[in-house]
Amino acid sequence: MFKPHQKNNLHPITPWQIIIKIFLIVYALLILYPLIWMLMSSVKPYEQIYRSPWSLPEKWLFENYSQAWNRGIAQYFFYSVIVTAVSVLGITVTSSLAAYGLSRFKSRIVDLVLLIIICGMMVNAQVCLVPIFRMLNAFHLLDTRWALILPYICFRVPLTTLLLRSYFLSISKDISESAILDGCNEFQVYALFYVPMSRPIMMTVVLLSSYYAWNEFLFANIFISSEAKKTIPSGLMNFRDALKTDWGTLLAGMVIASLPMIILLMVFQKYLVRGMSEGAVKG
Amino acid sequence: MKKKLKAVIPICFVFPALLLLGFFVFYPLVENFINSLYNFSNFSPERTYVGLENIKKIFADSTVSVALLNNLRYALVSVVLQVFIALILAAVLEQRFMHKTASFYRIVYFMPVMISISVVALLFSFIYNPQMGILNSFLKAVGLGDLARPWLGRSDTAIYAVIAMSQWQSIGYIMLLFIVAIQKIPGDLYEAAQIDGANKIRTFFSVTVPQVKEAIFVNTLITIIGSMLVFSEPFILTKGGGPGISSITIAVHMYEEGFVKDNMGYASALAALIFVITAVVSLIQVIVSKTGKE
Repeated sequence: MFKPHQKNNLHPITPWQIIIKIFLIVYALLILYPLIWMLMSSVKPYEQIYRSPWSLPEKWLFENYSQAWNRGIAQYFFYSVIVTAVSVLGITVTSSLAAYGLSRFKSRIVDLVLLIIICGMMVNAQVCLVPIFRMLNAFHLLDTRWALILPYICFRVPLTTLLLRSYFLSISKDISESAILDGCNEFQVYALFYVPMSRPIMMTVVLLSSYYAWNEFLFANIFISSEAKKTIPSGLMNFRDALKTDWGTLLAGMVIASLPMIILLMVFQKYLVRGMSEGAVKG
Repeated sequence: MKKKLKAVIPICFVFPALLLLGFFVFYPLVENFINSLYNFSNFSPERTYVGLENIKKIFADSTVSVALLNNLRYALVSVVLQVFIALILAAVLEQRFMHKTASFYRIVYFMPVMISISVVALLFSFIYNPQMGILNSFLKAVGLGDLARPWLGRSDTAIYAVIAMSQWQSIGYIMLLFIVAIQKIPGDLYEAAQIDGANKIRTFFSVTVPQVKEAIFVNTLITIIGSMLVFSEPFILTKGGGPGISSITIAVHMYEEGFVKDNMGYASALAALIFVITAVVSLIQVIVSKTGKE
């Protein structure tokens, strides 16, 4: 669309392009090989992982997967699904409402709120850790799913609000104005026009918040102490300690933990670049 | 009446976000600074006022300087490798002849970003394993057997092993930010470069780099901030910064002071230090990205 128009598209592959392709393939292998190794070793018995880490599995030991699933991963998995789903819903609703408020209206208060949200992006989880811990403890929320869901929403909302705001700003004012003339109230304009019109950027928000909530480790490790309520990232730590040398089962658990997000990436990858670009957010 | 109502509507929309941020972001931030003036224990509501004792303690604590040095190493390597490699990858993937395969490579390079740090760290503990790890056996296979060593078990290599893992995981994210920036470059700049007869490398340096100057700067700052916050990587891979404290970072030190040794007041002072360092860097980022937009 914007790239240089080459006059003759038929010219053969140049040596320059070959060098680039080799570089890309080598780098892709560097990323993929450890992941393939993880996949391959997850169907091997311990002795084979230990003695011949490079070889293909002699016989595929799918029992590792059922072992991993039954010895705890199933529980972590369902807990992660619940925490992630509720967090993503919370992030999407809260930040799209805020983004609508920030893009539709102009006033000093709106500017101030925007500034507050930008400041919110600068605060990191580490600095809030101890106070949040004590607050959750005081409200008896420690070791419940809300101990993760609420902080996850709060630490993702600034980024997603700014992302959605810049997208909403690009929606033509005519739409909201004619909808208001037709008798819609502001909430209807938001729900019936802005939200449906922003599907691509919403997908980006869903993707960015899903992998954050699914993978978050710091809060998950500290706010949840009972085995039964751990999400996958912190549960895997217990899993490692409990399994000792049962590496095949541990690796199977690691594959199960990663699969949902890899699939999500493959399905939504086009929204990732497009959404980030249209939302013009930098980090 | 109507005017008043008009002023209230925007507040209704932003209210849930403000309420949540107030409770879980801004209140804890302020509370943390107050906490750092007290000594207290994890589950007890009482605090003893100690003034600036905890802040003074930071300067006397030798672990802090080891940790900060590790964070600095992290930042240095990450800026050089992540920003540099990510920019090249992004520029290459946006080339016209890559048109058909670019999305495949994008998915592959972004994949580690989508994987939980605990999976990545467990995977790398296998890779670095001194007996069966594929890194050492690879080095032996290509005739570099002398380099093979227990990467995580030696205090001079542990932090670099942790840093290397982070590069593997994070380059894809910065690459994506660069792709976004490169896609915004007007196409006629490339046409002009082509008419001038500039080759690809010339074009990269005379068109792409100047056009994404701001993104380079912002991504550098994002990487530096990330390096100052590193927690999970050494926490899992070197079990809390080992051997000894050789791969400890400031966030791991904070965690251990607070949640292991139960010195919550001192942990709060360390958290305040982390905040001050990152806030200065983010402030620069916000100012620069604002001015860049006009």
